[in-house]
Amino acid sequence: MSAVLDHPGAHDDHAHDHPHGWRRWLFATNHKDIGTLYLWFSFVMLITGGLMALTIRLELFQPGLQYVQPEFFNQMTTMHGLIMVFGAIMPAFVGFANWQIPMMIGAADMAFARMNNFSFWLMPPAALLLVGSFFAPGGATAAGWTLYAPLSTQMGIGMDMAIFAVHILGASSIMGSINIITTILNMRAPGMTLMKMPLFVWTWLITAYLLIAVMPVLAGAITMLLTDRHFGTSFFNAAGGGDPVMYQHIFWFFGHPEVYIMILPAFGIVSEIIPTFSRKRLFGYSSMVYATASIAILSFIVWAHHMFTTGMPVTGQLFFMYATMLIAVPTGVKIFNWVATMWRGSISFETPMLFAIGFIFVFTLGGLTGIILSVAPLDIQLHDTYYVVAHFHYVLVAGSLFALFAGTYYWLPKWTGHMYDERLGQWHFWMSMIFFNVTFFPMHFLGLAGMPRRYADYPMQFADFNMLASIGALGFGLSQLIFLTAILKCIRGGKPATPEVWENPQGLEWTLPSPAPYHSFETPPTVK
Amino acid sequence: MRAQDGNDRGNGMTIRMLAAVAGVLATGAAHAVNDMPGGPGVNQLNLPVGVTKIAADQWWVHNFLMIVCLAIFVAVFSVMFYSLWAHRKSRGHRPADFHESTAVEIAWTVVPFLIIIGLAIPATRMVVEQKDTSQADLTIKAVGYQWKWGYEYLKGEGNGISFLSTLTTPIDQIEGRAPKSDTYLMEVDNPLVVPVGQKIRMVITANDVLHAWMVPAFGVKQDAIPGFVRDTWFRAEKVGVYRGQCAELCGRNHAFMPIVVEVKSAEDYKAWVEGRKKEMLAQLDDPTKEWSQADLSERGAKVYAANCVACHQANGKGVAGAFPGLEGSKLVVGRQEDQIALLLNGKPGTAMASFKQLSDVELAAVATYTRNAWGNRAEDPIVQPKDFTAARKP
Repeated sequence: MSAVLDHPGAHDDHAHDHPHGWRRWLFATNHKDIGTLYLWFSFVMLITGGLMALTIRLELFQPGLQYVQPEFFNQMTTMHGLIMVFGAIMPAFVGFANWQIPMMIGAADMAFARMNNFSFWLMPPAALLLVGSFFAPGGATAAGWTLYAPLSTQMGIGMDMAIFAVHILGASSIMGSINIITTILNMRAPGMTLMKMPLFVWTWLITAYLLIAVMPVLAGAITMLLTDRHFGTSFFNAAGGGDPVMYQHIFWFFGHPEVYIMILPAFGIVSEIIPTFSRKRLFGYSSMVYATASIAILSFIVWAHHMFTTGMPVTGQLFFMYATMLIAVPTGVKIFNWVATMWRGSISFETPMLFAIGFIFVFTLGGLTGIILSVAPLDIQLHDTYYVVAHFHYVLVAGSLFALFAGTYYWLPKWTGHMYDERLGQWHFWMSMIFFNVTFFPMHFLGLAGMPRRYADYPMQFADFNMLASIGALGFGLSQLIFLTAILKCIRGGKPATPEVWENPQGLEWTLPSPAPYHSFETPPTVK
Repeated sequence: MRAQDGNDRGNGMTIRMLAAVAGVLATGAAHAVNDMPGGPGVNQLNLPVGVTKIAADQWWVHNFLMIVCLAIFVAVFSVMFYSLWAHRKSRGHRPADFHESTAVEIAWTVVPFLIIIGLAIPATRMVVEQKDTSQADLTIKAVGYQWKWGYEYLKGEGNGISFLSTLTTPIDQIEGRAPKSDTYLMEVDNPLVVPVGQKIRMVITANDVLHAWMVPAFGVKQDAIPGFVRDTWFRAEKVGVYRGQCAELCGRNHAFMPIVVEVKSAEDYKAWVEGRKKEMLAQLDDPTKEWSQADLSERGAKVYAANCVACHQANGKGVAGAFPGLEGSKLVVGRQEDQIALLLNGKPGTAMASFKQLSDVELAAVATYTRNAWGNRAEDPIVQPKDFTAARKP
């Protein structure tokens, strides 16, 4: 990444000169610099959240309490969730948006350069608040990443720090979304109609609208929590006329679109990669766009499937069950289109393609367990068990994270000007893929057998699968060091990348030299 | 369920052997664990068949869905992997250039839609069945507390019986100083007792935060929501002991508040009800009686162990930063009225809940106990039950 940016004053365009040293990052207004900041930030958060996951798996390696006490264990599960969702996955996709959207639509930069800077620099303070809350009296919040009331009203000041952090992150996301929408709608190269946009751009456009729609809802929910905690309101306190279940409704009205916020850009990345390495155009471009939009719309009417056990009326259960099952249709369409893209192509298996195929394979598994969970009478058995933990890690780790890995390897040569080490990439893929499944596959069985989630200790009968999952988690964690090595190696040098990088890839970013120039397209290209 | 576990045992063999290798490395020796009666089997792979119609239906629907999902999985991925193999570049395959087909798109939108309708039909029937809590033979209220369950028989045979149900697994087992039993973490002092073959309506609520009452063998899980009452039902078809755990995060000891249900034959249940009622009469404390400090403290130690110890700890020191210690606490050794008010009302915004569900004698006993334990020297060391009776009056 730095290679792109390390020859700043060398060209003659002094009107666009920019600061150097630490000022370059603190005052960054360039979409590539900000994208780099986002990506490194999310990597640091990924490692932080990963260490928390390893602490969890260490305690669960054997039954009994060995290393941590339950209250600290609960802090770990809570902060692992918050940090991975808000600190690792979401910012990573924004990093990709920053780097790629201007290059893919033929623009020079993002629309609002300074707001872009601000939306990034809001994140480190929020991360400090989250991590710092461990040192507050009573420790970090231990109410689960969903922060369900009334447990969350029992927490110490760590809870307030988390609420503040999520508020800041929400503001950052909204600003980022406004920037992305404005950029996409106004700064496309002449001739690039909406239906000619790369799919990654499409998925981000839809995601940005989702973010603007739901982040304020989350902000509302946690603000009500804050006033319940400190200012004597009773939104979620039944003793004062409130309703704890209302918190869940508001939270999941945010929370369900949120899971699509974390997966739609992943669909976009995979839709860029599969055609390149199949050497064939994406099959069913327009149906892909419509499917993405349908998923986004459906995501607003399924939230209560997270709440089947709260005890809702028959009609409520049926409605949310049917609506949820319906999501399988557009999601299926996407998977079929990817397979059809590969069909009769000329397929090669570089690391981005491996991760993209791995994504389809493992994400589909997560999708199928999603169908099983959508069936309300079965969800009664499976809700809040390890089955759910397995399900959402299949779609979030094997889904979002694998797509992020795929995208990183795919565009890294464009960013740095060097090819990454293919052997390291392949090792990273295979280790991640194997250890991911060793970690999370046994959790399906634990859930079916009835092991509840967020448990610091468990009956003896669950011991073997837990041990297996813990071993897998350690392996998965260590595999990410290969990723770090591959990236650092690629930044420092390597075989120079050609402008196309891959064999005849589609998309404007490949018409730029590698590394891409500081201002992507100073004169807009024309798209036919 | 047993038959099912039999199948699971075969399937679980390989995995168990893999894990056992790791286990030996880690601990030196793995001791034999048996299936938990009425609870999870060792390395159980599927839902329990259970002992209610609902659980059996869930088991069936799940298997049916698994077959459908597996078929889809195999169909999609055999196409994909065939393509990866046959259409790879290294084999010299040249790319075709087709990239859309409306007919195909319509087909793979409509077919999944039809499959989903097929799945929704049995599911709909089950939702209706699960939600029908009418015409119950017995109604029992379950209340979730941090961290135990309370049961109250509201209607039907046994009405009036109430008790608390707390984990009995010794701390030595949890902290690894004693070998763990097969019922580790899923055993309680007072299990819920119900008659076989009767429709039991469970009315579920909570006292402090959310909990969830779950018994997999009955196919039942219902959140316990403070301030709200929700219901569910089961009709156990087999005598035995069935176990579950709290399924909604409820704080520190979330993993330590199991549910144990004993299903008895009609005669045994009747005998249990009679025994329980006699016991309750005998235990009925006279709240107007003046108690001696020794009697109160002795009783109080038991009340403390059952209700307070999870947070404030056996040594009265609490957990730094999370739960205050009682040793030397100003509130505990200070004015009686303050301690009485705290016990009755709790402290909003903290984990200190109201304990007004305990009897006046129990509350007086625990107050007296804490005022004199761990070197505490309160000026007025004895709190009498009548003090609580008076404080409860509005």
